[in-house]
Amino acid sequence: MKAVVLVFPGINRERDMARTLELVAGAKPAMVWHAERELPAGTDLVVLPGGFSYGDYLRCGAIAARAPIMEAVRRHAECGRLVLGVCNGFQILCEAGLLPGVLMRNAMLKFICRDVYLRVERSDTPFTRGYNAGQVIRVPVAHGEGNYIADGATIARLEGEGRVLFRYASPDGMIDPNWNHNGAINAIAGILNARGNVLGMMPHPENHVEAAMGSTDGRGLFAGLVDHLERAA
Amino acid sequence: MKARITVTLRAGILDPQGRAIEGALRSLGIAGVASVRQGKVFDIELEGTDRGAAEAALKDAADKLLANTVIENYRVEVVG
Repeated sequence: MKAVVLVFPGINRERDMARTLELVAGAKPAMVWHAERELPAGTDLVVLPGGFSYGDYLRCGAIAARAPIMEAVRRHAECGRLVLGVCNGFQILCEAGLLPGVLMRNAMLKFICRDVYLRVERSDTPFTRGYNAGQVIRVPVAHGEGNYIADGATIARLEGEGRVLFRYASPDGMIDPNWNHNGAINAIAGILNARGNVLGMMPHPENHVEAAMGSTDGRGLFAGLVDHLERAA
Repeated sequence: MKARITVTLRAGILDPQGRAIEGALRSLGIAGVASVRQGKVFDIELEGTDRGAAEAALKDAADKLLANTVIENYRVEVVG
């Protein structure tokens, strides 16, 4: 898997992401600076990592979404190649119009940094083939603006087309407001674009990939991507 | 020329910051506050004197960057 991790000013989770990609895929990803205009030839996966690009000025992800490299990311996605945005990366993808909707301030107004439980809604996508549908995984979140919202027609379309891949849930997989820590509509934690090759999610699967981290539940996402690309090759 | 772009949340979009400010105003004892919505103001200085061109450029700026029209409305004023 030839992976690229984008680096924007103010991003701070790019090394976690690079480490996980190397651990699971066996090859170091290329780190690509936001001011570049081209991705390395043959890039399979572009990852937009978490952090605080441009200090969250204006709106989270708004300025990074207009960076020069984003035109290349748009072309990459239009070719059907894979894009993953985590946390600030999800916010950037929404601001860039590669995913619908927006991430608002958490409903309780607090920055939340802790483990959450996610229900994996489908296993038949490149991003979730490492899991079973209905499986519950434990991964960390660390965000102040993760409260996903979109207009009613967009939500109906996302739900109707099965594009919600992860929802905040209880440890036994129940959707319950008490376990929806940021107030996201329909407990949405991660969504797919219409074509099925761009995923944005608020939680950090890259931070639960080794036993020393307390859980390896995030590993399935990356292992699934590697498997998907090997089968496609 | 000077201009001001005011960005506000669309009706129906939950504004937790506005709600927190509303609560703080109540706890200060400021009477008669029914609700608060928080927005943003951009004061922009423009080169040239063509008002129509300025308004078009400002609208472009608001659509492309200053407002996220999924959740926000904006108002452009050229103030002279």
